[in-house]
Amino acid sequence: MTTHTHDQPAAATAVELTKIYGSGDTEVVALDHVDVEFAAGNFTAIMGPSGSGKSTLMHCMAALDAPTSGKVYIGDIELSSLNDKDLTRTRRDRLGFIFQAFNLVPTLNAKENITLPLDIAGKDVDSEWFDTVIRTVGLSDRLKHKPSELSGGQQQRVACARALVSKPDIIFADEPTGNLDSRSGAEILAFLRNSVRELGQTIVMVTHDPGAAAYADRVLFLGDGRIVDEMAEPTAEKVLERMKNFDTIGQVS
Amino acid sequence: MLRATLKSLAARKLRLGMSAFAIVIGVAFVVGSYVFTDTLNRTFNDIFGDLSADVVVRPATPEGQESWATLAGAGSSVTIPAQTVEEIGALPEVASADGEIESSSLYVLDRDGDVVGVAGAPGVAVNWYEEPTSDDEDPVLDLVEGRAPERSGEVALDDQTIDTTGYQIGDEIPMVTLGDQPRITAELVGVVRFGESGSLAGATLAAFDTATAQELFLDGENAFNRVSVTAAEGVDAESLRDTVAGLLPDNLEAMTGEAVDDETASAVEEGLGFFNTFLLIFAAIALFVGIFLILNTFSILVAQRSQEMALFRALGASRRQVTRSVMLEAVVVGLVGATLGLLLGLAVAVGLQAIFAAFGMDFGGGLVLQPRTVIVAYVVGVLVTMVAAFVPARRASKVPPVAAMRDDVVLPSSSRRNHVLSGGVLVVGGAAAMAAGLLDIAPSAAVFVGLGILAVFIGVALLAPVISVPIVRVIAGWYPKTFGTVGRLAKENALRNPRRTAATASALMIGLALVSSISVVGASANKSIDEALDRGMNAEFVIASVSGQPFSPAIADAAREIDGVSTVAVMRGSFAVIDGSQSYLSAVDPDAFNEASELTMVEGTMDLSGGGLIVDSDTADSENLAVGDTVPLDLGGSRTEQPVAGVYDGDHPLMSGYVTGLQTLEELGITPADSTVYVVTESGADLGHVQADLEEATSELPMVTVQNQEEYKASQRDQVNQLLYIVYALLGLGIVIAILGIVNTLALSVMERTREVGLLRAVGLSRRQLRTTIRLESVAIAVLGAVLGIGLGLIFGVSLQRAVADEGLDTLSVPFGQLITFVILAALVGILAAAWPARRAAKLDVLRAINTE
Repeated sequence: MTTHTHDQPAAATAVELTKIYGSGDTEVVALDHVDVEFAAGNFTAIMGPSGSGKSTLMHCMAALDAPTSGKVYIGDIELSSLNDKDLTRTRRDRLGFIFQAFNLVPTLNAKENITLPLDIAGKDVDSEWFDTVIRTVGLSDRLKHKPSELSGGQQQRVACARALVSKPDIIFADEPTGNLDSRSGAEILAFLRNSVRELGQTIVMVTHDPGAAAYADRVLFLGDGRIVDEMAEPTAEKVLERMKNFDTIGQVS
Repeated sequence: MLRATLKSLAARKLRLGMSAFAIVIGVAFVVGSYVFTDTLNRTFNDIFGDLSADVVVRPATPEGQESWATLAGAGSSVTIPAQTVEEIGALPEVASADGEIESSSLYVLDRDGDVVGVAGAPGVAVNWYEEPTSDDEDPVLDLVEGRAPERSGEVALDDQTIDTTGYQIGDEIPMVTLGDQPRITAELVGVVRFGESGSLAGATLAAFDTATAQELFLDGENAFNRVSVTAAEGVDAESLRDTVAGLLPDNLEAMTGEAVDDETASAVEEGLGFFNTFLLIFAAIALFVGIFLILNTFSILVAQRSQEMALFRALGASRRQVTRSVMLEAVVVGLVGATLGLLLGLAVAVGLQAIFAAFGMDFGGGLVLQPRTVIVAYVVGVLVTMVAAFVPARRASKVPPVAAMRDDVVLPSSSRRNHVLSGGVLVVGGAAAMAAGLLDIAPSAAVFVGLGILAVFIGVALLAPVISVPIVRVIAGWYPKTFGTVGRLAKENALRNPRRTAATASALMIGLALVSSISVVGASANKSIDEALDRGMNAEFVIASVSGQPFSPAIADAAREIDGVSTVAVMRGSFAVIDGSQSYLSAVDPDAFNEASELTMVEGTMDLSGGGLIVDSDTADSENLAVGDTVPLDLGGSRTEQPVAGVYDGDHPLMSGYVTGLQTLEELGITPADSTVYVVTESGADLGHVQADLEEATSELPMVTVQNQEEYKASQRDQVNQLLYIVYALLGLGIVIAILGIVNTLALSVMERTREVGLLRAVGLSRRQLRTTIRLESVAIAVLGAVLGIGLGLIFGVSLQRAVADEGLDTLSVPFGQLITFVILAALVGILAAAWPARRAAKLDVLRAINTE
């Protein structure tokens, strides 16, 4: 199944994206000719059981992993044509990342972590924008703290702020609430949704939590390396229902 | 998962391998020293051992001395008249008595007119005679080509000299002697071979017929230096010795050949023992530095495996078992290191042999590997590793079992206060021991100073985690400004684990502390020499031989004839036993010498025309001598007592110790030969012309050089510098190990921070920026080591200089330029050490790095 959203330009596009690990008997097809578009200003959640290829999809889209075949576009830049240096630059200038854990450099304080991508690029920090981001994530009084002095939820908020502050074309979030208690998780998700609604940010999030997926505008379901379904305006109940159903299909097939 | 396990195991092997490398280098050094000195010993024993005839007659050993062989460079003025040799030969117990003549200053010149042989090695000359040989013994000298020299103008040379020069039978061989006619030539009539291997360890050997040898070396006197007596059938050496001794006057002695050979062998062994100890000191330094590297590696590995340790503990392993498992690893590393070190050491010895051979000192034959060497190699290798691993092993056992269930294991570490306390105690105690040694309060000064320095090193290493933090803040302070975030990251990384940074830097500190203290002492020595010469030398030119061997007085005589020369002062001398102890007796014409370099008399007169001697004030103090006292002198059989005529100020640049008149020295039987000639010019003389004329006068003698004041000072400095460079090179090994330590620590740190590296790369840090980060961290560590080391080195160097200020090292000079160069070199070393870890880090796959557990 392919998905197309034509009302807005795509922030990222995958065409015939295939990723195969190993070879011969041990060959595993993680992604099987996936075509997908992520519209700008949209919050997309990717769901699927373990081994469905959801993480691989995100890694290939985020220029962290090279596909076996097919093409990935960030805006109109085709990634396979780039060398490591340009890939690094693309990640630095156009992409934002939020990982499940270990998002922060332990030797730098919160503020330094947030401005890290800009500092690496040698760019000036837009202080107005910085203040907006900090206010939104509610970290004004924690900027001088080292990661070890912050709670897990605060650390993830710093990571979110870091992803936002460089105004990337698209933010990839890999199970951003996986390590958090439900309250901190909800805060982060609300914050991500707000940044899409209010700041016009594009976000792609991998999750296995239907509650988290419900914050998104759209949910993609992956199974055996293919996109098997999608859902607009999801709720936790609908997603959970779909996943149960999905499991049955998975068992049948 | 298996792949990951295998990978981490391989990585650990590499880590352990690198710490084993410290052992390899240290042990190789130890093994190389032993094998090389054992091999030298064998060679010298081949040369000197089993040389002597049944009984040897020679000048009596100076009273109170063990043997001739231990008297470095001593010769005797006593000769044995031909008549005595005949009398010995006439004894019924004697098969033959052969008079021998020996000189050690006849130099053979090659076709280019340069001296053949290693600089400083003697040019041996002997009289040729047919040796009586029994079947089971080879002659010492064997005629291998041509015929024996029979008359004046004929010479035979050893085969190695023939090989190097390419001379052929019939060639006229140019030679240099101490005689009035320093340059002589003789026709090559034969080639002789010395001993079995033919090796003379760099010396040359020329043989003349007896009459010519007497003419050349004994002023034509029909006498000999030594008699080799061969026993008649059925006479044993001991009884022959006693019989022969009955014929001899007091100034001669008879010894069995075996006893003479033993004397030589033990003297050689003693000399090589010093050499060996000298080398082993540097091996010990290298191993001491290695301890830091191993300790650090094991600490980091234990920290990384703390969860594994905790699991063992949770499963019921006792603390002792955990400790033992780490120690066992250390034993394996030690064994592997020692084995490789043993092999490398043999290679080092082969290398040294090749180097010496390239300089003309060919020690033929294979290497000597004694069982002792192997045992020492393994004991040292294993012991050092175990000592280094003990602290980390103990720490590993302290991991609480509950840590197995936790993610973030922080190893319990002994409190910082304990470290500071024990570090402080060690530094203070070490400094006190050094002071006691340097001020000669302690009984064995060298041991006190050595242990003191050791204690200070360990103390500073213990304090380093605390004191290094502010220093690194300064060293890396400019990073963020210059390099932005990359610099900031590097600075924070260097500060992140002060104990690790400090231990890594401490290894470098040791080498640099020793190097810089030596450089302070060296610079002070050079400056002291310079200033003393500026103050005390009026002579414009100095004539001396390159190897330090004396040369013919004809040179001084020629110099006196040169226009513009006002005074020529010669210095002669001889090794002597003075007042029962080995010493050197110089001889000058005091008036002439006073012109060249003023002698300040503290007491008495410097007039030596009627015999007597003068002595420097320091010796006078230590020996309790005053004007009017008599001093017993023994110059190899010629004993005399000389009154002290005067005491001169010991702070003199050119002269020290006992000095007598030229006349007296000659009366004591020492052949006139100048060791140094000082030339004073008339005021207004054209120095260029004088120098050219002097050079013309010495052109006959290739080993004699003319130096003006500046050149002389430079040559004096060269001597100091040469010694410095040798010590630097030997200390270099410790520094190489320290550099490996930096590589190791950085590589381990990078491994520990794999996820962080992945994150940084994911958010856009380029490979180049990542490499820069690691390089800057490395530079900070290296410069920290340099700063600590140079700081300590300055303190050591200045205290050493202060301590020996009385003994001629009176001017302190701190070679700041050199010290700054060391810091810059350290920074470069840091960049170099970071190369491999940085490349590894940059190669990390971003995705895999992020997902590393």
